[in-house]
Amino acid sequence: MKYVLLFVGTEEFDRDLEAMGPAERERAVQRVMDWLATHGDKIRGGSKLQSPETATTVRLDRGEPVITDGPFVEGKEVVSGYTEIEVADLDEALRMVRTWPGCPIVEIRPLV
Amino acid sequence: MPDAARDQLASAVREHAGRLAAALMRVTGDFATAEDLVQDAVLAALQHWPTEGIPERPDAWLFTVARRRAVDGFRRADNYRAKLAQLQWPVQPAEDERLQLIFTCCHPALPREAQVALTLRVVCGLTTAQVARAFLVHETAIARRITRAKRKITDAGIPYRVPADDELAARLTEVLTVIYLLFNEGYLGTAGPPQSRDLAEEAEWLATLLHRLMPAEPEVAGLLALIRLHRARAAARFAPDGALVLLEDQDRSRWDREAIADAARLLTRAARRQRPGPYQLQAAIVACHAEAERWEDTDWEQIVLLYDMLLHLAPSPVTRLHRAIAVRYTSGARAAMAELDDLGGDLGEYYLYHAGRAELLRELGHPDEASAADRRALELTANPAERAVLRQRLA
Repeated sequence: MKYVLLFVGTEEFDRDLEAMGPAERERAVQRVMDWLATHGDKIRGGSKLQSPETATTVRLDRGEPVITDGPFVEGKEVVSGYTEIEVADLDEALRMVRTWPGCPIVEIRPLV
Repeated sequence: MPDAARDQLASAVREHAGRLAAALMRVTGDFATAEDLVQDAVLAALQHWPTEGIPERPDAWLFTVARRRAVDGFRRADNYRAKLAQLQWPVQPAEDERLQLIFTCCHPALPREAQVALTLRVVCGLTTAQVARAFLVHETAIARRITRAKRKITDAGIPYRVPADDELAARLTEVLTVIYLLFNEGYLGTAGPPQSRDLAEEAEWLATLLHRLMPAEPEVAGLLALIRLHRARAAARFAPDGALVLLEDQDRSRWDREAIADAARLLTRAARRQRPGPYQLQAAIVACHAEAERWEDTDWEQIVLLYDMLLHLAPSPVTRLHRAIAVRYTSGARAAMAELDDLGGDLGEYYLYHAGRAELLRELGHPDEASAADRRALELTANPAERAVLRQRLA
Protein backbone atom coordinates (compact mmCIF):
# COMPACT_ATOMS: atom_id res chain seq x y z
CA MET A 1 0.00 0.00 0.00
CA LYS A 2 1.03 3.56 -0.63
CA TYR A 3 0.97 6.19 2.06
CA VAL A 4 2.06 9.77 2.36
CA LEU A 5 3.86 10.70 5.54
CA LEU A 6 3.12 14.30 6.42
CA PHE A 7 5.79 15.72 8.66
CA VAL A 8 4.46 18.31 11.04
CA GLY A 9 6.58 20.82 12.91
CA THR A 10 5.72 22.73 16.07
CA GLU A 11 6.84 26.13 17.30
CA GLU A 12 8.77 24.44 20.09
CA PHE A 13 10.58 22.20 17.63
CA ASP A 14 11.51 25.20 15.51
CA ARG A 15 12.81 27.05 18.57
CA ASP A 16 14.91 24.06 19.63
CA LEU A 17 16.33 23.81 16.13
CA GLU A 18 17.08 27.53 16.17
CA ALA A 19 18.89 27.22 19.49
CA MET A 20 21.22 24.51 18.22
CA GLY A 21 24.85 25.22 17.45
CA PRO A 22 26.07 24.45 13.92
CA ALA A 23 27.62 21.09 14.87
CA GLU A 24 24.51 19.97 16.70
CA ARG A 25 22.27 21.03 13.84
CA GLU A 26 24.54 19.18 11.45
CA ARG A 27 24.04 16.02 13.52
CA ALA A 28 20.27 16.50 13.57
CA VAL A 29 20.21 16.82 9.80
CA GLN A 30 22.46 13.78 9.48
CA ARG A 31 20.05 11.70 11.59
CA VAL A 32 17.24 12.56 9.18
CA MET A 33 19.44 11.75 6.17
CA ASP A 34 20.34 8.41 7.75
CA TRP A 35 16.68 7.63 8.33
CA LEU A 36 15.85 8.44 4.71
CA ALA A 37 18.74 6.25 3.55
CA THR A 38 17.71 3.35 5.81
CA HIS A 39 14.19 3.38 4.37
CA GLY A 40 15.26 4.32 0.85
CA ASP A 41 13.81 1.14 -0.63
CA LYS A 42 10.32 2.11 0.53
CA ILE A 43 10.43 5.82 -0.25
CA ARG A 44 8.91 6.83 -3.57
CA GLY A 45 9.46 10.57 -3.36
CA GLY A 46 8.80 13.61 -1.30
CA SER A 47 10.38 16.82 -0.20
CA LYS A 48 10.86 19.25 2.57
CA LEU A 49 8.57 22.28 2.16
CA GLN A 50 9.42 25.95 2.36
CA SER A 51 8.22 27.66 5.52
CA PRO A 52 4.47 28.31 5.92
CA GLU A 53 5.02 32.05 5.41
CA THR A 54 5.66 31.24 1.76
CA ALA A 55 2.30 29.49 1.35
CA THR A 56 -0.53 30.87 -0.74
CA THR A 57 -4.06 29.58 -0.36
CA VAL A 58 -6.81 29.78 -2.97
CA ARG A 59 -10.45 29.23 -1.97
CA LEU A 60 -12.75 28.20 -4.79
CA ASP A 61 -15.99 27.69 -2.89
CA ARG A 62 -16.93 31.34 -2.53
CA GLY A 63 -17.81 32.49 -6.04
CA GLU A 64 -14.67 34.05 -7.45
CA PRO A 65 -11.42 32.36 -6.37
CA VAL A 66 -10.12 34.05 -3.23
CA ILE A 67 -6.37 34.23 -2.91
CA THR A 68 -4.85 34.68 0.53
CA ASP A 69 -1.41 34.67 2.00
CA GLY A 70 -0.45 31.78 4.27
CA PRO A 71 -1.44 28.12 4.80
CA PHE A 72 -5.12 27.08 4.74
CA VAL A 73 -5.18 26.48 8.47
CA GLU A 74 -3.47 28.96 10.72
CA GLY A 75 -1.97 26.98 13.52
CA LYS A 76 1.01 26.25 15.64
CA GLU A 77 1.51 22.91 13.94
CA VAL A 78 2.37 23.12 10.26
CA VAL A 79 3.23 20.61 7.58
CA SER A 80 6.92 20.96 6.89
CA GLY A 81 7.49 18.12 4.46
CA TYR A 82 6.18 14.86 3.04
CA THR A 83 7.31 11.56 1.62
CA GLU A 84 5.42 8.97 -0.32
CA ILE A 85 6.15 5.43 0.80
CA GLU A 86 5.17 1.98 -0.41
CA VAL A 87 4.89 -0.69 2.29
CA ALA A 88 2.84 -3.80 3.01
CA ASP A 89 0.40 -2.28 5.48
CA LEU A 90 -0.15 0.30 8.19
CA ASP A 91 1.95 -1.62 10.71
CA GLU A 92 4.99 -1.37 8.44
CA ALA A 93 4.39 2.36 8.01
CA LEU A 94 4.06 2.71 11.78
CA ARG A 95 7.26 0.79 12.31
CA MET A 96 9.09 3.22 10.00
CA VAL A 97 7.61 6.30 11.56
CA ARG A 98 8.37 5.20 15.10
CA THR A 99 12.08 5.84 14.51
CA TRP A 100 11.66 9.16 12.63
CA PRO A 101 14.30 11.48 14.11
CA GLY A 102 12.96 14.85 12.85
CA CYS A 103 9.89 16.94 13.65
CA PRO A 104 7.66 15.77 16.52
CA ILE A 105 4.44 14.87 14.63
CA VAL A 106 3.90 12.62 11.62
CA GLU A 107 0.54 11.98 9.97
CA ILE A 108 0.22 8.76 7.98
CA ARG A 109 -2.32 9.05 5.19
CA PRO A 110 -3.09 6.21 2.78
CA LEU A 111 -3.24 7.06 -0.91
CA VAL A 112 -6.34 6.13 -2.90
CA MET B 1 -37.04 -16.39 27.42
CA PRO B 2 -35.89 -17.96 30.70
CA ASP B 3 -32.45 -16.94 31.98
CA ALA B 4 -30.89 -20.36 31.43
CA ALA B 5 -31.97 -20.49 27.80
CA ARG B 6 -30.81 -16.93 27.27
CA ASP B 7 -27.37 -17.74 28.71
CA GLN B 8 -27.12 -20.83 26.57
CA LEU B 9 -28.02 -18.86 23.47
CA ALA B 10 -25.50 -16.14 24.33
CA SER B 11 -22.70 -18.62 24.92
CA ALA B 12 -23.43 -20.55 21.72
CA VAL B 13 -23.26 -17.35 19.70
CA ARG B 14 -20.14 -16.24 21.55
CA GLU B 15 -18.34 -19.55 21.01
CA HIS B 16 -18.95 -19.58 17.29
CA ALA B 17 -19.29 -16.03 15.97
CA GLY B 18 -15.59 -15.22 16.29
CA ARG B 19 -14.54 -18.50 14.72
CA LEU B 20 -16.89 -17.89 11.82
CA ALA B 21 -15.48 -14.36 11.42
CA ALA B 22 -11.95 -15.76 11.33
CA ALA B 23 -12.92 -18.43 8.79
CA LEU B 24 -14.68 -15.91 6.53
CA MET B 25 -11.79 -13.52 6.90
CA ARG B 26 -9.46 -16.19 5.62
CA VAL B 27 -11.60 -16.80 2.56
CA THR B 28 -12.47 -13.23 1.64
CA GLY B 29 -9.42 -11.43 3.03
CA ASP B 30 -11.81 -8.56 3.60
CA PHE B 31 -12.55 -7.63 7.18
CA ALA B 32 -15.67 -5.59 6.48
CA THR B 33 -17.29 -8.33 4.39
CA ALA B 34 -16.50 -11.03 6.92
CA GLU B 35 -17.86 -8.84 9.69
CA ASP B 36 -21.10 -8.06 7.84
CA LEU B 37 -21.72 -11.73 7.10
CA VAL B 38 -21.18 -12.76 10.70
CA GLN B 39 -23.50 -10.05 11.93
CA ASP B 40 -26.21 -11.24 9.53
CA ALA B 41 -25.75 -14.81 10.73
CA VAL B 42 -25.88 -13.76 14.39
CA LEU B 43 -29.08 -11.80 13.81
CA ALA B 44 -30.61 -14.82 12.08
CA ALA B 45 -29.60 -17.04 14.99
CA LEU B 46 -31.17 -14.68 17.52
CA GLN B 47 -34.33 -14.78 15.45
CA HIS B 48 -34.54 -18.56 14.97
CA TRP B 49 -32.85 -20.22 17.92
CA PRO B 50 -35.15 -18.99 20.70
CA THR B 51 -38.14 -20.71 19.06
CA GLU B 52 -36.48 -23.54 17.12
CA GLY B 53 -33.86 -24.37 19.72
CA ILE B 54 -30.10 -24.18 19.39
CA PRO B 55 -29.05 -26.44 16.51
CA GLU B 56 -26.85 -29.45 17.15
CA ARG B 57 -24.00 -27.84 15.23
CA PRO B 58 -24.38 -24.09 15.86
CA ASP B 59 -21.17 -23.39 13.95
CA ALA B 60 -22.38 -25.18 10.82
CA TRP B 61 -25.77 -23.44 11.09
CA LEU B 62 -24.17 -19.99 11.32
CA PHE B 63 -21.82 -20.83 8.50
CA THR B 64 -24.64 -21.96 6.25
CA VAL B 65 -26.53 -18.73 6.81
CA ALA B 66 -23.43 -16.63 6.16
CA ARG B 67 -22.62 -18.57 3.02
CA ARG B 68 -26.16 -18.28 1.70
CA ARG B 69 -26.18 -14.54 2.33
CA ALA B 70 -22.88 -14.17 0.56
CA VAL B 71 -23.88 -16.25 -2.43
CA ASP B 72 -27.47 -15.08 -2.79
CA GLY B 73 -27.05 -11.42 -3.07
CA PHE B 74 -24.62 -9.90 -0.77
CA ARG B 75 -24.44 -6.56 -2.45
CA ARG B 76 -20.71 -6.00 -2.41
CA ALA B 77 -19.56 -9.57 -2.51
CA ASP B 78 -19.33 -10.14 -6.25
CA ASN B 79 -15.65 -10.94 -6.08
CA TYR B 80 -16.06 -13.22 -3.08
CA ARG B 81 -19.20 -14.96 -4.25
CA ALA B 82 -17.36 -17.58 -6.28
CA LYS B 83 -14.93 -18.31 -3.50
CA LEU B 84 -17.66 -18.52 -0.91
CA ALA B 85 -19.79 -20.74 -3.09
CA GLN B 86 -17.05 -23.33 -3.08
CA LEU B 87 -16.51 -23.06 0.59
CA GLN B 88 -17.37 -26.13 2.61
CA TRP B 89 -18.00 -26.48 6.28
CA PRO B 90 -16.17 -27.21 8.46
CA VAL B 91 -13.48 -24.81 7.40
CA GLN B 92 -10.53 -26.39 9.09
CA PRO B 93 -8.28 -23.78 10.57
CA ALA B 94 -5.02 -25.28 11.77
CA GLU B 95 -5.22 -23.13 14.84
CA ASP B 96 -7.59 -20.77 16.51
CA GLU B 97 -7.40 -17.70 14.30
CA ARG B 98 -9.35 -15.50 16.63
CA LEU B 99 -6.12 -13.97 17.88
CA GLN B 100 -5.64 -12.13 14.57
CA LEU B 101 -9.22 -10.99 14.85
CA ILE B 102 -8.65 -9.58 18.33
CA PHE B 103 -5.49 -7.73 17.37
CA THR B 104 -7.14 -6.19 14.33
CA CYS B 105 -10.19 -5.04 16.33
CA CYS B 106 -7.91 -3.50 18.97
CA HIS B 107 -5.48 -1.85 16.56
CA PRO B 108 -4.12 1.40 18.06
CA ALA B 109 -4.99 3.29 14.86
CA LEU B 110 -8.68 2.86 15.78
CA PRO B 111 -10.30 5.04 18.42
CA ARG B 112 -10.89 3.29 21.74
CA GLU B 113 -14.69 3.30 21.43
CA ALA B 114 -14.46 1.63 18.04
CA GLN B 115 -12.02 -0.97 19.36
CA VAL B 116 -14.50 -1.84 22.08
CA ALA B 117 -17.54 -1.98 19.80
CA LEU B 118 -15.73 -3.98 17.11
CA THR B 119 -14.35 -6.50 19.59
CA LEU B 120 -17.80 -7.07 21.05
CA ARG B 121 -19.38 -7.51 17.65
CA VAL B 122 -16.74 -9.49 15.83
CA VAL B 123 -15.10 -11.54 18.57
CA CYS B 124 -18.01 -11.96 21.01
CA GLY B 125 -20.81 -11.95 18.45
CA LEU B 126 -22.91 -9.21 20.00
CA THR B 127 -25.37 -7.38 17.78
CA THR B 128 -25.19 -3.63 17.34
CA ALA B 129 -28.36 -3.34 19.43
CA GLN B 130 -26.79 -5.33 22.26
CA VAL B 131 -23.64 -3.20 22.22
CA ALA B 132 -25.77 -0.06 22.25
CA ARG B 133 -27.84 -1.29 25.21
CA ALA B 134 -24.76 -2.28 27.19
CA PHE B 135 -23.25 1.19 26.85
CA LEU B 136 -26.54 3.09 27.01
CA VAL B 137 -25.72 4.64 23.66
CA HIS B 138 -28.06 5.03 20.71
CA GLU B 139 -27.87 2.19 18.21
CA THR B 140 -27.18 4.48 15.28
CA ALA B 141 -24.16 5.90 17.10
CA ILE B 142 -22.70 2.41 17.54
CA ALA B 143 -23.50 1.52 13.92
CA ARG B 144 -21.74 4.65 12.73
CA ARG B 145 -18.71 3.89 14.89
CA ILE B 146 -18.49 0.35 13.49
CA THR B 147 -18.91 1.48 9.89
CA ARG B 148 -16.21 4.11 10.22
CA ALA B 149 -13.82 1.66 11.90
CA LYS B 150 -14.34 -0.99 9.22
CA ARG B 151 -13.75 1.55 6.49
CA LYS B 152 -10.53 2.61 8.18
CA ILE B 153 -9.33 -1.00 8.51
CA THR B 154 -9.72 -1.45 4.77
CA ASP B 155 -8.67 1.97 3.49
CA ALA B 156 -5.75 2.59 5.85
CA GLY B 157 -4.35 -0.91 5.43
CA ILE B 158 -4.67 -2.08 9.03
CA PRO B 159 -3.28 -5.60 8.82
CA TYR B 160 -4.96 -8.81 9.89
CA ARG B 161 -2.30 -10.66 11.81
CA VAL B 162 -0.67 -11.12 15.17
CA PRO B 163 1.91 -8.34 15.59
CA ALA B 164 5.63 -9.08 15.29
CA ASP B 165 7.54 -9.87 18.47
CA ASP B 166 9.01 -6.40 18.88
CA GLU B 167 5.53 -4.85 18.65
CA LEU B 168 3.68 -7.46 20.64
CA ALA B 169 4.08 -5.96 24.10
CA ALA B 170 2.63 -2.57 23.13
CA ARG B 171 -0.15 -4.11 21.08
CA LEU B 172 -1.06 -6.56 23.80
CA THR B 173 -1.37 -3.67 26.24
CA GLU B 174 -3.93 -2.19 23.86
CA VAL B 175 -5.97 -5.43 23.83
CA LEU B 176 -5.80 -5.77 27.62
CA THR B 177 -6.97 -2.17 28.01
CA VAL B 178 -10.05 -2.91 25.89
CA ILE B 179 -10.91 -6.01 27.93
CA TYR B 180 -10.32 -4.21 31.23
CA LEU B 181 -12.48 -1.31 30.11
CA LEU B 182 -15.28 -3.73 29.23
CA PHE B 183 -14.96 -5.36 32.61
CA ASN B 184 -15.07 -2.06 34.48
CA GLU B 185 -18.03 -0.90 32.46
CA GLY B 186 -19.90 -4.08 33.31
CA TYR B 187 -18.75 -4.49 36.88
CA LEU B 188 -18.78 -0.91 38.14
CA GLY B 189 -21.17 0.55 35.61
CA THR B 190 -24.87 0.92 35.81
CA ALA B 191 -26.49 -0.69 38.82
CA GLY B 192 -29.37 -3.09 38.63
CA PRO B 193 -29.87 -6.37 36.80
CA PRO B 194 -27.49 -7.01 33.92
CA GLN B 195 -28.63 -6.20 30.40
CA SER B 196 -29.29 -8.93 27.88
CA ARG B 197 -25.55 -9.55 27.77
CA ASP B 198 -23.39 -8.74 30.73
CA LEU B 199 -20.19 -6.89 29.82
CA ALA B 200 -18.27 -8.24 32.82
CA GLU B 201 -19.05 -11.73 31.58
CA GLU B 202 -17.94 -10.85 28.04
CA ALA B 203 -14.72 -9.46 29.51
CA GLU B 204 -14.03 -12.64 31.46
CA TRP B 205 -14.75 -14.73 28.40
CA LEU B 206 -12.40 -12.62 26.27
CA ALA B 207 -9.65 -12.78 28.89
CA THR B 208 -10.10 -16.55 29.11
CA LEU B 209 -9.86 -16.89 25.34
CA LEU B 210 -6.80 -14.65 25.19
CA HIS B 211 -5.15 -16.60 27.98
CA ARG B 212 -5.76 -19.83 26.11
CA LEU B 213 -4.30 -18.33 22.92
CA MET B 214 -1.33 -16.69 24.67
CA PRO B 215 -0.60 -18.90 27.68
CA ALA B 216 2.97 -17.58 28.08
CA GLU B 217 1.91 -13.96 28.61
CA PRO B 218 1.76 -13.30 32.36
CA GLU B 219 -0.16 -10.04 32.04
CA VAL B 220 -2.99 -11.84 30.24
CA ALA B 221 -3.16 -14.31 33.12
CA GLY B 222 -2.96 -11.36 35.50
CA LEU B 223 -5.96 -9.65 33.95
CA LEU B 224 -7.93 -12.90 33.91
CA ALA B 225 -7.12 -13.49 37.59
CA LEU B 226 -8.11 -9.89 38.40
CA ILE B 227 -11.48 -10.28 36.69
CA ARG B 228 -12.15 -13.64 38.33
CA LEU B 229 -11.18 -12.38 41.79
CA HIS B 230 -13.71 -9.57 41.43
CA ARG B 231 -16.47 -11.71 39.98
CA ALA B 232 -16.00 -14.39 42.65
CA ARG B 233 -17.21 -11.82 45.19
CA ALA B 234 -19.92 -10.21 43.07
CA ALA B 235 -22.79 -11.83 44.99
CA ALA B 236 -21.88 -9.94 48.17
CA ARG B 237 -21.48 -6.53 46.52
CA PHE B 238 -25.13 -5.56 46.48
CA ALA B 239 -27.73 -5.69 49.22
CA PRO B 240 -31.15 -7.15 48.35
CA ASP B 241 -32.43 -3.61 47.79
CA GLY B 242 -29.69 -3.01 45.20
CA ALA B 243 -27.51 -0.83 47.43
CA LEU B 244 -23.74 -1.18 47.17
CA VAL B 245 -22.18 -2.95 50.16
CA LEU B 246 -18.69 -1.72 51.10
CA LEU B 247 -15.91 -4.30 51.24
CA GLU B 248 -15.67 -3.95 55.00
CA ASP B 249 -19.35 -4.82 55.46
CA GLN B 250 -19.67 -7.61 52.90
CA ASP B 251 -20.88 -11.04 53.97
CA ARG B 252 -17.76 -13.00 53.11
CA SER B 253 -19.56 -16.33 53.37
CA ARG B 254 -21.16 -15.41 50.06
CA TRP B 255 -17.79 -15.16 48.32
CA ASP B 256 -16.91 -18.04 46.03
CA ARG B 257 -13.86 -19.37 47.88
CA GLU B 258 -13.11 -22.00 45.28
CA ALA B 259 -13.06 -19.46 42.45
CA ILE B 260 -10.85 -17.19 44.55
CA ALA B 261 -8.37 -20.00 45.20
CA ASP B 262 -8.34 -20.89 41.47
CA ALA B 263 -7.65 -17.29 40.48
CA ALA B 264 -4.89 -17.02 43.11
CA ARG B 265 -3.24 -20.14 41.69
CA LEU B 266 -3.47 -18.70 38.19
CA LEU B 267 -1.76 -15.57 39.47
CA THR B 268 0.99 -17.53 41.22
CA ARG B 269 1.74 -19.44 38.02
CA ALA B 270 1.93 -16.16 36.09
CA ALA B 271 4.26 -14.64 38.69
CA ARG B 272 6.70 -17.52 38.20
CA ARG B 273 7.51 -16.08 34.79
CA GLN B 274 9.07 -13.12 36.61
CA ARG B 275 7.62 -10.51 34.29
CA PRO B 276 5.51 -8.44 36.66
CA GLY B 277 3.04 -5.95 35.24
CA PRO B 278 0.17 -3.72 36.29
CA TYR B 279 -2.53 -6.38 35.92
CA GLN B 280 -0.65 -9.00 37.92
CA LEU B 281 -0.05 -6.45 40.66
CA GLN B 282 -3.65 -5.27 40.74
CA ALA B 283 -4.77 -8.88 40.88
CA ALA B 284 -2.34 -9.53 43.75
CA ILE B 285 -3.83 -6.58 45.65
CA VAL B 286 -7.37 -7.85 45.08
CA ALA B 287 -6.21 -11.33 46.13
CA CYS B 288 -5.03 -9.89 49.46
CA HIS B 289 -8.58 -8.74 50.08
CA ALA B 290 -10.25 -11.83 48.66
CA GLU B 291 -8.14 -14.27 50.66
CA ALA B 292 -8.76 -12.56 54.01
CA GLU B 293 -11.31 -14.55 56.02
CA ARG B 294 -12.44 -11.39 57.80
CA TRP B 295 -11.89 -7.67 57.19
CA GLU B 296 -9.61 -7.61 60.25
CA ASP B 297 -7.40 -10.27 58.65
CA THR B 298 -6.54 -8.08 55.64
CA ASP B 299 -2.78 -7.96 55.07
CA TRP B 300 -2.46 -4.20 54.67
CA GLU B 301 1.34 -4.19 54.86
CA GLN B 302 1.43 -6.44 51.82
CA ILE B 303 -1.16 -4.29 50.04
CA VAL B 304 0.87 -1.09 50.57
CA LEU B 305 3.95 -2.90 49.29
CA LEU B 306 2.10 -4.04 46.17
CA TYR B 307 0.87 -0.49 45.57
CA ASP B 308 4.47 0.69 45.78
CA MET B 309 5.44 -1.80 43.09
CA LEU B 310 2.45 -0.81 40.98
CA LEU B 311 3.37 2.88 41.28
CA HIS B 312 6.89 2.04 40.23
CA LEU B 313 5.63 0.34 37.05
CA ALA B 314 2.67 2.57 36.29
CA PRO B 315 2.66 5.84 38.24
CA SER B 316 -0.81 7.38 38.51
CA PRO B 317 -2.58 9.69 40.95
CA VAL B 318 -5.49 7.26 41.27
CA THR B 319 -3.13 4.47 42.35
CA ARG B 320 -1.55 6.85 44.86
CA LEU B 321 -5.03 7.54 46.20
CA HIS B 322 -5.68 3.82 46.70
CA ARG B 323 -2.31 3.43 48.35
CA ALA B 324 -3.12 6.29 50.72
CA ILE B 325 -6.39 4.56 51.67
CA ALA B 326 -4.37 1.41 52.50
CA VAL B 327 -1.82 3.45 54.48
CA ARG B 328 -4.63 4.38 56.86
CA TYR B 329 -4.63 0.77 58.12
CA THR B 330 -0.85 0.43 58.43
CA SER B 331 0.17 3.88 59.68
CA GLY B 332 -3.03 5.59 60.76
CA ALA B 333 -5.40 8.25 59.46
CA ARG B 334 -2.98 11.13 59.92
CA ALA B 335 -0.33 9.55 57.70
CA ALA B 336 -2.96 8.71 55.11
CA MET B 337 -4.26 12.28 55.19
CA ALA B 338 -0.76 13.62 54.57
CA GLU B 339 -0.57 11.53 51.40
CA LEU B 340 -4.03 12.62 50.25
CA ASP B 341 -3.15 16.28 50.72
CA ASP B 342 -0.56 15.94 47.96
CA LEU B 343 -3.16 14.61 45.53
CA GLY B 344 -5.74 17.40 45.73
CA GLY B 345 -4.38 19.09 42.63
CA ASP B 346 -4.62 16.00 40.43
CA LEU B 347 -7.77 14.44 41.84
CA GLY B 348 -9.84 17.42 42.93
CA GLU B 349 -12.58 16.38 40.50
CA TYR B 350 -12.55 12.68 41.43
CA TYR B 351 -15.32 11.57 43.78
CA LEU B 352 -13.25 8.88 45.49
CA TYR B 353 -10.65 11.41 46.56
CA HIS B 354 -13.32 13.35 48.46
CA ALA B 355 -15.03 10.21 49.76
CA GLY B 356 -11.67 8.97 51.07
CA ARG B 357 -10.93 12.33 52.69
CA ALA B 358 -14.34 12.28 54.33
CA GLU B 359 -13.60 8.98 56.04
CA LEU B 360 -10.24 10.19 57.31
CA LEU B 361 -11.67 13.52 58.50
CA ARG B 362 -14.36 11.66 60.42
CA GLU B 363 -11.78 9.45 62.09
CA LEU B 364 -9.63 12.48 62.93
CA GLY B 365 -12.58 14.17 64.63
CA HIS B 366 -13.68 16.73 62.02
CA PRO B 367 -17.30 15.74 61.31
CA ASP B 368 -18.28 19.00 59.59
CA GLU B 369 -15.39 18.92 57.16
CA ALA B 370 -16.11 15.23 56.60
CA SER B 371 -19.70 15.99 55.59
CA ALA B 372 -18.54 18.74 53.26
CA ALA B 373 -16.15 16.27 51.59
CA ASP B 374 -18.95 13.69 51.24
CA ARG B 375 -21.19 16.31 49.66
CA ARG B 376 -18.43 17.19 47.20
CA ALA B 377 -18.03 13.48 46.38
CA LEU B 378 -21.78 13.23 45.80
CA GLU B 379 -21.61 16.07 43.30
CA LEU B 380 -18.89 14.29 41.37
CA THR B 381 -20.36 10.83 40.79
CA ALA B 382 -23.35 9.83 38.70
CA ASN B 383 -23.18 6.16 39.61
CA PRO B 384 -26.43 5.37 41.48
CA ALA B 385 -24.88 2.73 43.77
CA GLU B 386 -22.05 5.03 44.83
CA ARG B 387 -24.46 7.91 45.32
CA ALA B 388 -26.60 5.78 47.61
CA VAL B 389 -23.60 4.98 49.85
CA LEU B 390 -22.66 8.67 50.10
CA ARG B 391 -26.23 9.76 50.81
CA GLN B 392 -26.44 7.22 53.60
CA ARG B 393 -23.28 8.62 55.15
CA LEU B 394 -24.66 12.12 54.97
CA ALA B 395 -28.04 11.18 56.45
